[in-house]
Amino acid sequence: MMFDANTGGGSNDVQWCFSQVKGAIDDDVAEADIISTVEFNHSGELLATGDKGGRVVIFQQEIENKSQPQCRSEYNVYSTFQSHEPEFDYLKSLEIEEKINKIRWLPQKNAAQFLLSTNDKTIKLWKISERDKRPEGYNLKEEDGRYIDPNTVTALRVPVFRPMDLMVEASPRRVFANAHTYHINSISINSDHETYLSADDLRINLWHQEITDRSFNIVDIKPANMEELTEVITAAEFHPHQCNTFVYSSSKGTIRLCDMRASALCDTHSKLFEEPEDPSNRSFFSEIISSISDVKFSHNGRYMMTRDYLSVKIWDLNMESRPVETYQVHEYLRNKLCSLYENDCIFDKFECCWNGNDSVVMTGSYNNFFRMFDRGQRRDVTLEASREGSKPQQVLKPRKVCADGKRKKDEISVDSLDFNKKILHTAWHPQDNVIAVATTNNLYIFQDKVN
Amino acid sequence: MINTMECAVDAQSLISISLRKIHNSRTQRGGIKLHKNLLVSYVLRNARQVYMNEKYAEIYRMQQYEEVMTVCNEIQELNPLDLAEDCEEQSGDCCGNDGVSEPASLCCALLPVSHLTAVQSAHIQAPSACSAPLSLQSDEVCKETEPSFYRSCCAEAYPVSNWDFSTVNNNLHCNKTTVLDLDTHVVTTVENGYLHQDCCASFQQCCQGAQSPAKKRKVDFEYYISDIEEVPDFTPCKRAKFEDCSYANSEHLDTSNISNLISIFGSGFSGLVSRQADFEQALNGQFCSKQALASLGAWTRAIVAF
Repeated sequence: MMFDANTGGGSNDVQWCFSQVKGAIDDDVAEADIISTVEFNHSGELLATGDKGGRVVIFQQEIENKSQPQCRSEYNVYSTFQSHEPEFDYLKSLEIEEKINKIRWLPQKNAAQFLLSTNDKTIKLWKISERDKRPEGYNLKEEDGRYIDPNTVTALRVPVFRPMDLMVEASPRRVFANAHTYHINSISINSDHETYLSADDLRINLWHQEITDRSFNIVDIKPANMEELTEVITAAEFHPHQCNTFVYSSSKGTIRLCDMRASALCDTHSKLFEEPEDPSNRSFFSEIISSISDVKFSHNGRYMMTRDYLSVKIWDLNMESRPVETYQVHEYLRNKLCSLYENDCIFDKFECCWNGNDSVVMTGSYNNFFRMFDRGQRRDVTLEASREGSKPQQVLKPRKVCADGKRKKDEISVDSLDFNKKILHTAWHPQDNVIAVATTNNLYIFQDKVN
Repeated sequence: MINTMECAVDAQSLISISLRKIHNSRTQRGGIKLHKNLLVSYVLRNARQVYMNEKYAEIYRMQQYEEVMTVCNEIQELNPLDLAEDCEEQSGDCCGNDGVSEPASLCCALLPVSHLTAVQSAHIQAPSACSAPLSLQSDEVCKETEPSFYRSCCAEAYPVSNWDFSTVNNNLHCNKTTVLDLDTHVVTTVENGYLHQDCCASFQQCCQGAQSPAKKRKVDFEYYISDIEEVPDFTPCKRAKFEDCSYANSEHLDTSNISNLISIFGSGFSGLVSRQADFEQALNGQFCSKQALASLGAWTRAIVAF
């Protein structure tokens, strides 16, 4: 066991309760409203979502209401802005989707907040700032902006700042464009607070946050002859503390750890994490289900977690030969792979996340189920994000999927699962037991029951 | 080895589904997704592998069966005294232009009387049976084969002890069975129920030719497999030199689409983004899918996004 009995975050001790749900109620989902990324900022006060329509919505947690300690404060809309617009590449005759693939918050340096948002091709740095005062008392200007005839001015006054209703402004400060031929799948901010990386299918680029007209290519796996292509990059992330270290995962189920001190080009990895395939599980779809869809370092930087189609794996950075823990997310889907291939569900890219003290990991599944695995207690739970369980403070009831025909009461059979309802994106508050779970077009916020 | 028992979907339908996905990805918003297409190509490769293995096994089995029947029928027809003369003469005709095998002079275990009608009908079938494998080849390939190619019969020895050597047909006094094992290229003679291996002079041609026909046969199977997938009104293209063939199996529904789509990728996955003219030509069925399917291994992993 890696950890002691969990110190706040264990799925066994915690009872998860419904807190809020954001988004449209009706079942007819507009494609633009489909949530494509969810991310807490470093303090957990802000929660950002991106959607297929290129919009970013930021929620802010209200200051805790001391008179009502039994419930944590809620998240309310803080700012909404259009981050990316659809574009057309005339040279290649291709439309560039405005869908937000990833949002990453920068560490806060001043009163304003900064985040990076990216679509398939372009990364943007947004400044989100508050304005709660405005100058009043101009001599030559009315409050509504009309100019005053100087001849009518009889006395002069000094303008002063007066409080106003809070206004949150989002403005694009940098646009990092034209650096990626293929589709960007990841961005990750370095612990040096100056640089960040962006990864597409075949390349990883290193940027400085201030410089938009150039970036350094640090990984390039494009073969000389594209017919020899065997794998692509699926995710990349900087180490949380070591500014020289990053990892990237591949469609072949491998993870490469690279050290930027070793050479300018990190095509050669420092470490290669790979688990040998189980030959008894070989199928038509072995390559697809072994493709890694997400990689996340633990907060302490000692471990990393990978998500492939059926499982979550925890790797010790010091052991490359196999993961130290493997959790089956929905093993009952293994003999449904044909159908899942036909309806394209097998290509779904599930993300995963750690809790604040790295004792629990979480990932999504189908039927609006999501799963938590308590590493210390070796327990797991399946919960559902649905409007039916959405009374305030209502405790979520654990769910169970029945793989064989003998369905017990309250169990759900595999064939009843709704594969259109999938939870791809989840996020965990960096300190508290508050989680954000995105269904197709709704954002659910759950928190632990405070006694 | 891929476990194909996981679901009822067979390899060919997976190929069809995969090609459809690749085709649809060309018109998807946001451009071709490299990752997804790469994964689909892996499924395509796996399905093709299984499909070809199955076809190979099926054709091999069919070939064996037909040879058995052919040889048995030959025994029915021949006067045993003419065996020695006819041997080489007949074998030369086996793979002749008419495609009909004169019963080769190979000896075969005798069939009981009760099977005579079966043999006769089988004999009628035998020429076609013998030529059934031929029909799957192009004529060109057929001509290239050694005449003794089709003299071989089954690789397994007959249960000669079960056979009745006395028949109505007084031709049937031969008590020798000669067997060519296609894998080991060993000629074996079964005499009076006793098995011993030899390579007798009269069959020398057979033995000498054993190497190349067997090898060539294996190569030909690849062509067989792609043929089966083609539509009956296939027209030759400029790239491949195969001639038009008739087909025992003509797969309907998506086959023409599969052929056309496969043909797009005939020269590597760059076919995915090939010029519009090529695509239209493919739709008109001018392309040949044989080469494409045969070269699937080369292009399945080649994806050009842009």
